[in-house]
Amino acid sequence: MGGWAIAVHGGAGVDPNLPQERQEQAKQLLTRCLNLGISALRSSLPAIDVVELVVRELETDPLFNSGRGSALTEKGTVEMEASIMDGPRRRCGAVSGLTTVKNPVSLARLVMDKSPHSYLAFSGAEEFARQQGVELVENEYFITEDNVGMLKLAKEANKIVFDYRIPALGLETCSAGAGMVESALQMNGLPISIYAPETVGCVVVDSQGRCAAATSTGGLMNKMSGRIGDSPLIGAGTYACDLCAVSCTGEGEAIIRGTLARDVAAVMEYKGLQLQDAVDYVIKKRLDEGKAGMIAVSSNGEVAYGFNTTGMFRGCATEDGFMEVGIWE
Amino acid sequence: MGWAIALHGGAGDIPLSLPPERRAPREAALRHCLQLGVAALKAKQPPLDVVELVVRELENSPCFNAGKGSVLTTQGTVEMEACIMDGNTKNCGAVSGLSTVVNAISLARLVMEKTPHIYLAFEGAEAFAREQGVETVDASHFITPENIERLKQAKEANRVQIDYTQPIQKDLQNETHIASGDSQIGTVGCVAVDDQGNLASATSTGGLVNKMVGRIGDTPVIGAGIYANRFCAVSATGKGESIIRATVARDVAALMEYKGLSLKEAAAYVIEECVPKGDAGLVAVSATGEVTMQFNTTGMFRACATEDGFSEIGIWPSV
Repeated sequence: MGGWAIAVHGGAGVDPNLPQERQEQAKQLLTRCLNLGISALRSSLPAIDVVELVVRELETDPLFNSGRGSALTEKGTVEMEASIMDGPRRRCGAVSGLTTVKNPVSLARLVMDKSPHSYLAFSGAEEFARQQGVELVENEYFITEDNVGMLKLAKEANKIVFDYRIPALGLETCSAGAGMVESALQMNGLPISIYAPETVGCVVVDSQGRCAAATSTGGLMNKMSGRIGDSPLIGAGTYACDLCAVSCTGEGEAIIRGTLARDVAAVMEYKGLQLQDAVDYVIKKRLDEGKAGMIAVSSNGEVAYGFNTTGMFRGCATEDGFMEVGIWE
Repeated sequence: MGWAIALHGGAGDIPLSLPPERRAPREAALRHCLQLGVAALKAKQPPLDVVELVVRELENSPCFNAGKGSVLTTQGTVEMEACIMDGNTKNCGAVSGLSTVVNAISLARLVMEKTPHIYLAFEGAEAFAREQGVETVDASHFITPENIERLKQAKEANRVQIDYTQPIQKDLQNETHIASGDSQIGTVGCVAVDDQGNLASATSTGGLVNKMVGRIGDTPVIGAGIYANRFCAVSATGKGESIIRATVARDVAALMEYKGLSLKEAAAYVIEECVPKGDAGLVAVSATGEVTMQFNTTGMFRACATEDGFSEIGIWPSV
């Protein structure tokens, strides 16, 4: 017990047919980010700084759905959101509707540290970004070819592609309840869902027992412009307090409705559950029909994760040398 | 068991010296909205419809910080937000950054019922409003002289004012000047339960005086300013940043569910232990028809009624 711990995720809901090389790429990125976090922890950087720097790395890499590589809105643009929370005094910062900010998680941090508010969005957030002098780029910077292709297919099928829905030979759909598909949408010969990009997140407890969490995303492919998901909502996609830190991914609407991140801490605090039991409880009981996953750390140096989707890109490590990167159960 | 309803017009530093000409219209508005809500419950309207219609009425009143009468951003504009939640399904709808929509709460309901999403904001929300054909007006409709004055005061003091922070004591004779602590406006909300235990909650606001453009508060954040499940329905008000951090509305329900506290005990715990003094208030009803209204601020504009005939309209602590 005690000591630092870290977990990262690149999203819940992975198609079992994901080509091996993409699985490898994902695992390498997760490993790299984990190592970045571990070095930082070994140099005694506080948890709040570690989660920010790890999520920045995930945003910068185009592989997952955040920063560069974000999912596209119905207009073909990128609207990013993120949140960060510091356990000790439950300070928090969140942003939504960003179109030019290279690292949304860092702007969320600035909202927390440098503004009188907790949450800024759209043009107000962009204006704040300019005032703060953060790195800004053109919206095109964030857009990748893969995502342009996916958006096109999603529009053709007139659907919103969730991160994780895998059409099982026409029995399930990729859509938000729009009905059945005759044949799975294909791109490069493979089902579209396998390319569906994923939210990212990081949770850390440092050697002082301080917990922090951060989550970042481009949201749902083909989402309505102006749609806000769970990632910037404190208590839904992100939460940290004295006991633990949590970052969630998956069906945004289900995560919001289930106030997932807060509930992990609430069952620890009010029911006395330990971290893994709390994660399992929330995944099992708070999602109803929804699909999601999460990573969590406790102030005791434990790390845990859980998901009811097919797979979740994740990595975790603790001070006593434990390290694991995985996708499947 | 039986139906119950509670509504609020905001918690904050409402001075005890509030002059009658500022007090009477607000009490009248609370009474009127309570009657509307009670009549609807007696007519067996679903709680989701009841909370929406009550909050629409509160939004239309210029007395409170929602819809017409919303406080102003640092640029002198109005950016409204609202949220509605259904206890049985935990379906919810939220909107932020509205500037022309007459009834933000109704747009929140449409997001819930007509889109695959929960939350739409700013231009995207305004575009959705136009698609849905909801009533929109010129942004100037929502702006009142009192709020222009409040903003001016806040800028002079170079602060972001929570709904009810007492302003600087300057010219006490000036009628329109909001001295003697006239910041008596705030977020609005309504919670209701019918005699079957169906619960719903709705909250709406213009936010903080002199807020940064784009600032989102607790109102549209599920679990912070609003929550409903099969245990209770909660609507909170006060300093948004504190309410978010403490996930106020969710915690009331969580304490009932995970620790077996009663509605009143849960609400008291959250208000007394989880948020700084002077920062929050809430109204809540439980599935069994109980009601509670609690605050750690100077006052909270509030009203409630239950099927067994109890009713209360108040501003300051009852005791």
